[in-house]
Amino acid sequence: MTSARDEILGRVRSALAGVDRTAPEASAPRIAPVPDLVGHFADRVEHYRAVVERCTPADLEATVAAALARHLPDGSGRVVVPAGLSFEVPGAVVDGADGPGLSALELDAVDAVVTEAAVGVAETGTIVLDHGPGQGRRAITLVPDRHVCVVRAEQVVPDVPDALERLDAARPMTWISGPSATSDIELDRVEGVHGPRTLHVVVVDHA
Amino acid sequence: MSATFVGMPAFPTAARGALADTQLRHNLAHATSTIRAKRAAVVGEVEEWEELRLAGAAVKEAALRDLDTHLVRLEESLTARGATVHWARDAAEANEIVARVARDHGADEVVKVKSMATQEIGLNEALAEHGIAAWETDLAELIVQLGDDLPSHILVPAIHRNRAEVREIFLRAMGDVGRPAPADLTDEPAVLAGAAREHLREKFLRAKVAVSGANFAVAETGTLVVVESEGNGRMCLTLPEVLVSVVGIEKVVPTFADLDPLLRLLPRSSTGERMNPYTSTWTGVTPGDGPQEVHVVLLDNGRTRALADDVGRQALRCIRCSACLNACPVYERTGGHAYGSVYPGPIGAILNPLMKGTGRPGIEGEQTDSLPYASSLCGACFEVCPVRIDIPEVLVHLRSKVVDGHRGDTVPKAEAVAMKAAAWSFGDSRRLGWVEKASGVAGRVLTRFGRTTLPGGRSAAGRIAGPGASAWTGARDLPAPPAESFRAWWRRTDGGRGEEGSS
Ligand code: SF4
Repeated sequence: MTSARDEILGRVRSALAGVDRTAPEASAPRIAPVPDLVGHFADRVEHYRAVVERCTPADLEATVAAALARHLPDGSGRVVVPAGLSFEVPGAVVDGADGPGLSALELDAVDAVVTEAAVGVAETGTIVLDHGPGQGRRAITLVPDRHVCVVRAEQVVPDVPDALERLDAARPMTWISGPSATSDIELDRVEGVHGPRTLHVVVVDHA
Repeated sequence: MSATFVGMPAFPTAARGALADTQLRHNLAHATSTIRAKRAAVVGEVEEWEELRLAGAAVKEAALRDLDTHLVRLEESLTARGATVHWARDAAEANEIVARVARDHGADEVVKVKSMATQEIGLNEALAEHGIAAWETDLAELIVQLGDDLPSHILVPAIHRNRAEVREIFLRAMGDVGRPAPADLTDEPAVLAGAAREHLREKFLRAKVAVSGANFAVAETGTLVVVESEGNGRMCLTLPEVLVSVVGIEKVVPTFADLDPLLRLLPRSSTGERMNPYTSTWTGVTPGDGPQEVHVVLLDNGRTRALADDVGRQALRCIRCSACLNACPVYERTGGHAYGSVYPGPIGAILNPLMKGTGRPGIEGEQTDSLPYASSLCGACFEVCPVRIDIPEVLVHLRSKVVDGHRGDTVPKAEAVAMKAAAWSFGDSRRLGWVEKASGVAGRVLTRFGRTTLPGGRSAAGRIAGPGASAWTGARDLPAPPAESFRAWWRRTDGGRGEEGSS
């Protein structure tokens, strides 16, 4: 009996018998450069109703602390950070510091997560996590309700093709463009369904 | 769950009433025009949009014209990354594979990300036969499911429910299938979304097995991509231990860089956003992060039939953005049910006959044959299609195939010739009437074909899915296909305006 694999491949080959296998070339156009790339990125992220702040490298820790204080005003919130974060978040639990990392249930009891990112896409206002050091496993930026994400000016690229060039397909990735959203009730846009309902992006300007 | 709405008659009377409701029609028209305007705005800001479309079409065309090479490559890349690759000739084979994986893990439930492919194969019903519950996880689906209800529109399936009704449904029904809604629930959309978040979170946190589709599969790297809005996709792709993805063989793209034109084209065309809120990619198994057992089911189910059609092959470029649905004057009137398939609208009118074949005997074949006539050939669908599928060209081609298929019937020669001409328009009711007769009782058998019964006793045509962020990835109950051809339905109801109870 022919395997499903062989049969499907056989059907494909007979479907394509006599077909010119080369498709017309058409390379994707690049957009015109914008003068203030980082500013453009910040504007576009803000458009999705994320909170966006810019700071200097020296002010990073204070800016993140203020962001957490703003979203967790009573000071009792639990914060998780990934291993390999390049700055300090006082009081935060480090995921996987000893052992395999927090379970999904444990993460559900965490109020906020602070991470870095891999790439920022200016044109689309997108943050790409590749879940490397400083970004953590996918679950830690998914289950907690507030995500403070630090993007550095040098990580911002003009558009999607530039981002793909910088990224390694072998890594899992999460492309985030604002908080999750739905318009399923009376076409009313609601930010935040299953992902973090608050996205706070800290853009660190060039030193 | 009850089929009786608060203050409303039981189904199907309620559905008929709803369809005739001018307020509902107003809502639907408002929805499509809102989405059209959003799309136009974000497409308008891309100066090179036409070049981008050409590039998107070229990527998909390159993949299709060398599909065997890319599929073999995809299998190699996936396997090298620890994924298990399965091949499924048809729906039954695919369903069996998914059920086996779930059973191997002793799972009696799976969480699902909206996916057209799993709707197409009727996966949820097949899993139910194995005693496995499939939880669809997008908000609109939840409202429709809990309301024991039928979707009113593919794009905004819960548009017929106002916020007060959604609150009632959540309060009444959530407790029956999981975490109840809080007693102090208000009718603010954000509060209602919050209740859905809590209700579904319980399922996400405990689920062992998740099922997804994929928007794209990269042959070179073995990377799968899911595009979505709400984050339920991320939940399914991240938290469970086991992930099974059912991927149509036409989803393959050659290289990682090829994602570029498509990731720029899809969200703008679909939900009218520069980018959808969440796009997830994964490449086999990543130790310590996400599902540690990853399966990919490569599905044919008629795709190779479409591939063999030199004119129709381009339909396999479709990235399920739903722009052609929103642009279509026929679709706007009919709202999708009349197509009797998980693939409605202009693309459905060509994809269904291409995948199932034209000129098949029997009522089901006749229903399929009627679909290429569900168009006025106005060309709006081609203009908005991000991968430049010339839907009118394929429609005309399929009409002539339908005629050829019925050549042994009572077809007047001149009529057959006329049908081959592009000018053969939807507006000519005499000629369309002929097709309708050729199609006979069209569709009655479909109500028995792979369908299920919804709570409340009415029949449902499986589910329909919208792409992540868009209408196409939504997993929604559809009423059973109409027991009449599209054309017959149109004439009887004056294009839906005089709707008094179809399906
Ligand atoms: S055929 Fe329709 S759904 Fe498919 S890509 Fe084109 S416009 Fe989008």
